[in-house]
Amino acid sequence: MALLEVRDLRVVFQRRGEQGFAAVDGVSFDVEPGQTVGLVGESGCGKSVTSLAIMRLLAKRGNKVSGSVSFEGSDLLKLSDREMRDRRGRDLGMVFQDPLSSLNPVIPIGLQITEVLERHRDMPRKKARIEATELLDKVGIPDPSRRLTEYPHQLSGGMRQRALIAIALACRPRLLIADEPTTALDVTIQAQILALLKDLVQDTGTALIMITHDLGVVAGLCDEVNVLYGGKIVERQERHSLFAEPRHPYTHGLLASIPRLDAGRGEKLVPIRGSVSDNIPWEDGCAFAPRCPNAVAACRESAPELVPERGGLLRCYNPVLPVVAAREGTR
Amino acid sequence: MNTLLNKKKEPIDKLAGASAGGRSLAAEAIRRMARSPVAIVGAVITALFVLLAIFAPLLAPKDPFARTMQDKVELGRGIIPGPMPGYPLGVDDFGRDFLSRLLVGAQQTLLVGVVATLIGVAIGMIIGVLAGAFGGWVDTVLMRFVDVLLSVPSLLLAISVAALFANPNQWTVIIAVSIVSVPIFARLLRGAMLAQRDADHVLAATSLGVKRHTVVLRHMLPNSVGPVIVQATLTLATSIIEAAALSFLGLGDPDPSRAEWGLMLGNAAQHFLDIRPELAYYPAIAIIIVALGFTLLGESMREALDPKNRR
Repeated sequence: MALLEVRDLRVVFQRRGEQGFAAVDGVSFDVEPGQTVGLVGESGCGKSVTSLAIMRLLAKRGNKVSGSVSFEGSDLLKLSDREMRDRRGRDLGMVFQDPLSSLNPVIPIGLQITEVLERHRDMPRKKARIEATELLDKVGIPDPSRRLTEYPHQLSGGMRQRALIAIALACRPRLLIADEPTTALDVTIQAQILALLKDLVQDTGTALIMITHDLGVVAGLCDEVNVLYGGKIVERQERHSLFAEPRHPYTHGLLASIPRLDAGRGEKLVPIRGSVSDNIPWEDGCAFAPRCPNAVAACRESAPELVPERGGLLRCYNPVLPVVAAREGTR
Repeated sequence: MNTLLNKKKEPIDKLAGASAGGRSLAAEAIRRMARSPVAIVGAVITALFVLLAIFAPLLAPKDPFARTMQDKVELGRGIIPGPMPGYPLGVDDFGRDFLSRLLVGAQQTLLVGVVATLIGVAIGMIIGVLAGAFGGWVDTVLMRFVDVLLSVPSLLLAISVAALFANPNQWTVIIAVSIVSVPIFARLLRGAMLAQRDADHVLAATSLGVKRHTVVLRHMLPNSVGPVIVQATLTLATSIIEAAALSFLGLGDPDPSRAEWGLMLGNAAQHFLDIRPELAYYPAIAIIIVALGFTLLGESMREALDPKNRR
């Protein structure tokens, strides 16, 4: 049994009297202990909503969550609010995108760490402070005992994200969800934070769900990658084969639109045409069809099913041919 | 050419300095207030008034409650002597030194203003926190109650509350004035709390399993009290005016020996405005100056704390 089993997760945003919108539309995936799973896609594909639904952090009103999220055998969606609160921070941790706004600006960093330790590990304040110092040291913050007394605005962006990671890992959760943890940071810091996450995940055996739109992050970190489009998984593949031979036209387009160091001079980037607003509803066909270079007539008639493909999964009637992908991928 | 370059460089350096400074919000606000003449005037008036209130018994040349001149000069209907040696502002209709009463009156005014504001802040904040933290029907019920209070003009509301007391005493005025300020604080805090509810750091705290009351009291409330603190300073001014108005109308403590500006003003206006109008002017001017001081201070505080005014 996997650590986390997400089955047919659906999140429908609905206002009274209006037709609902499925931001997440039947997503299923597993996370094994110690494994790093990526959720990749552009803005609006449902990757953040998926993570918030797993943590049960979506607003109580205006949406409907269905399906099941079983964590170590118990369905998180069926727990009472109180039981879920006990789980959050202890069993499941989360790191958010913007480290400055995710820290409380009016209380010192130290208190924000000891708070969690006191809450879930029943530590007396003194012991929690020592533990907090060790945690800050572990995430690579120099002079940790001084930093404990400082406020978020006194820390640099990278240090703030390190502090957030320290807070999320304070109670040694078995699953960490990182929602675009490097998006708000500049490139050099991004690399440091990713390396830190990788080390921590390996040292502690924590499973990691990495949510990102940045395929570079995926390449460096994830064991398995789920590509989301329009609230559905369109391709799942082990990291190496995904990068070597992307089969779904969307994945292929994402990879082709990234600048490469070994590309020839004057070689143009190939963007994915159109935008998410061109999507057609899944009921009428493949949501990506209007933007897809490979679209055939069948794509606009019915939505393709997610079918096994080279050990992974693929949702496409007319996938990119492996040869073409291989040639363009190594270009 | 060189000067042009230097001119361009200057604001850039300033920007760099501003971001590198890393000053706290409070320090930044105080620094900005120190440069504003309005804030300085307000602070000086407020400081002088507070000092005066504290040291009034020492500063008063005569006993403000003793009818020292009652038997020495002719007092009565239509006859009140003006200033005389030792009594620079003269005496009132009971022969008490007016200057001493004016000085000691600052104590009453400060006490009523501060206590009324504190009670108003406390009740308003409880309502605001409950409404902002729970939302839903709790919010609806509390806010409709607040709307009812807001729908009545403030002075009228204060008079109505004061009139409920069968035996008016000092607390009558304090309670009446504080109830008037409750809805403002409740609404302000509720609004700020609602904004905090969707803040990233509150979501982050929730994602750590922090208990709900901790989220509300440690993560939402401290980030929401800024506007309340500013409003409290402004409310001090209106509380002082309203308290004086209630005393003026005779709704406060009826004990005539008390030295209180509103009461002194009311007494003078009622009984000897035609013969000694200055005895009404003095307390009136004192009320105006103090209210002005608090208003200037509060306004400049609001401006200094407003992120839109960052320079």
